[in-house]
Amino acid sequence: MTRLLPFPLVTLGLLILWLLLNESVSPGAILLGSVLALVGGGALWLLAPPAGRPRRVLAIARLLWDVLIEIIRSNNAVATLILRGPRSQAGRSGFVLIPLAMRSPYGLAALACILTATPGTVWVDYDAEDGTMLLHVLDLIDEEQWMRIVKDNWERRLMEIFE
Amino acid sequence: MTHAVELPLWAAIVVACLLLLGAFLTLVGSIGLLRLRDFYARVHAPTLATTLGIGCVLLASMLFFTVLQTRPVLHEVLITAFMVLTTPVTLMLLTRASLYRDRREGSPDVPPIPARPLPKDGAER
Repeated sequence: MTRLLPFPLVTLGLLILWLLLNESVSPGAILLGSVLALVGGGALWLLAPPAGRPRRVLAIARLLWDVLIEIIRSNNAVATLILRGPRSQAGRSGFVLIPLAMRSPYGLAALACILTATPGTVWVDYDAEDGTMLLHVLDLIDEEQWMRIVKDNWERRLMEIFE
Repeated sequence: MTHAVELPLWAAIVVACLLLLGAFLTLVGSIGLLRLRDFYARVHAPTLATTLGIGCVLLASMLFFTVLQTRPVLHEVLITAFMVLTTPVTLMLLTRASLYRDRREGSPDVPPIPARPLPKDGAER
């Protein structure tokens, strides 16, 4: 069981993904999809991912909703910034160094995806030794404010889910 | 697009508005890519297209095919998931590559490599 199916959820997810992509549940699609899903699960086992799994499904749903709202809000902000012209943002983009308390690799990966997918912020670097991340912000008015946004909006809630 | 005639007016208007909004955001992202000052600022511009830009186009596609009932709306959901997972990886790789090079060249515009205490001598002996 563990040798053939090291990650049952991942394997099941891959099979569902394959069936969705093919839009068919014919025996052939299920057979090929199962083989691919087993190979995919085995490949993941070879990569030896760190342990840890998300908890609190409700918190995840609420987080995803807030990410969506934040993406719409910052789309508007960045579009305005671009359309106003290059002169209006002279010297306003820059790097912020933010100390993080979160150590879970999955939580950090989720934080990186959220911050980078949101227009206006890009996750640049993470120092595992002292736990600081480097963030590039397009509209950098106040470093303190960005530090608060990252820590209160995202880090605290990701820690509830992943730690 | 031969089915487009069968689309009711309300759906046609909503689909058109969503497509226009998506196209507009993508265009603004491209303009930003052209007009922003340095590489790090430019990295931000395409995210307009990869989040809400593509999102609007996918919503329009979902609505179009749902109203016409030609196929279930599943591919759009998958495209959304793939975009959300792959775009940040690409952007982070580009930014990190640029930061690495700028640090090697000693550019004053980027934060320096954090100072580390040197590893103690004799640890292995």
